[in-house]
Amino acid sequence: MKTKELLITPIFKNNPIALQVLGVCSALAVTVNLAVTLVMCAAVIAVAAFSNLFVSMVREHIPSNIRIIVQMTIIASLVIVVDQVLKAVAYDMSRQLSVFVALIITNCIIMGRAEAFAMNNKPIPSLLDGIGNGLGYSVVLVAVATFRELLGSGTLLNYTILRPVTEGGWYEPNGLFILPPSAFFLIGFFIWGLRVWKKEQVEEPDFKIAPNTKPQEA
Amino acid sequence: MEHYLSIFISTIFVENMALAYFLGMCTFLAISKKIGAAFGLGVAVIVVQIITVPVNNLLFTHVLSEGALAWAGLPDVDLSFLGLVTYIGVIAALVQILEMVLDKFVPKLYSALGVFLPLITVNCAILGSTMFMVERSYTFNESLAFGAGSGVGWALAITALAGIREKMKYSDVPEGLRGLGITFITVGLMSLGFMSFGGIDL
Repeated sequence: MKTKELLITPIFKNNPIALQVLGVCSALAVTVNLAVTLVMCAAVIAVAAFSNLFVSMVREHIPSNIRIIVQMTIIASLVIVVDQVLKAVAYDMSRQLSVFVALIITNCIIMGRAEAFAMNNKPIPSLLDGIGNGLGYSVVLVAVATFRELLGSGTLLNYTILRPVTEGGWYEPNGLFILPPSAFFLIGFFIWGLRVWKKEQVEEPDFKIAPNTKPQEA
Repeated sequence: MEHYLSIFISTIFVENMALAYFLGMCTFLAISKKIGAAFGLGVAVIVVQIITVPVNNLLFTHVLSEGALAWAGLPDVDLSFLGLVTYIGVIAALVQILEMVLDKFVPKLYSALGVFLPLITVNCAILGSTMFMVERSYTFNESLAFGAGSGVGWALAITALAGIREKMKYSDVPEGLRGLGITFITVGLMSLGFMSFGGIDL
């Protein structure tokens, strides 16, 4: 595959969250505030890219029955590096992300791409695949966070866009968007939008609704 | 005793791992098409939680936390940065051991749970509860109650979702929402339902 395809395909065509159902776990809880989300996305992109790179570099030396443990160790070490860097550089941010940086270890995108792509491909394409999937994850997260922060507190990146009533403005903040359930609704609608645009991603129904045989009774 | 009971109940309902913290979402969405499978996975999660959270708690208090190695003559050593690797190692190893023990002694249970056990290593709910346990510095007994509660809460949530999805497959959902989309919205509604427990103070 070409370099460009490796980077672009995971963003909309084969999005890790919307289509592969990977990495939803830690994602949703960090989308209340856009700034926090961006930091989280950067962390995931970095870990995904480097774990793919390193797993791919050692792929021919890993015995297949212990590969999960080896991958886990590589990923966990990378996450520790990210966590320590965050604690040193942006301590407040690290407090807000609380356990969710640590949970990048069990983020299925990283594990899934290491297993599905990096184990059978050369280092450079693997690196690009990691970045691409990280970006695909980021697109969904940033979209959700933009809605949640704008409608929930009237700000974006902590700058006031819609001045809330409490500060003498006109906007009544919608409390639902700060609560966890709104993230589920937004991702549901994001998937809906994506599938209206890209028809081939629509899932087949388990059962077809039979047409009415006796229309007068309907 | 009441204190432990309140931790147990509030982790099941108020701080439900799946619906309030979004943990274990990948498996939550992927393995919730049939009630039987969902229930099996739920039980496996409960078992693993009850074992791993207290074990990690012991490791944290006696080996990793600051000054914990004083008994070995190393009072200045702070190994807490090694936490993540240790916890995930413990989880992976315990899951593997559990798999072998079940296979050897309770083959019936093994054949029911077997396929789900490897999935649990990458279930964020397991690692998440360990991290919460460390963050809130629970004692050993508290961590036992917390582990059990978080497992039961997660199992309850996935079984309920599977029940809803089994009925929902007969409904006429708009094309783009079919499958994953409507599942997300259902989970959102369930999460709203569980939030109503939020005001309960135990």
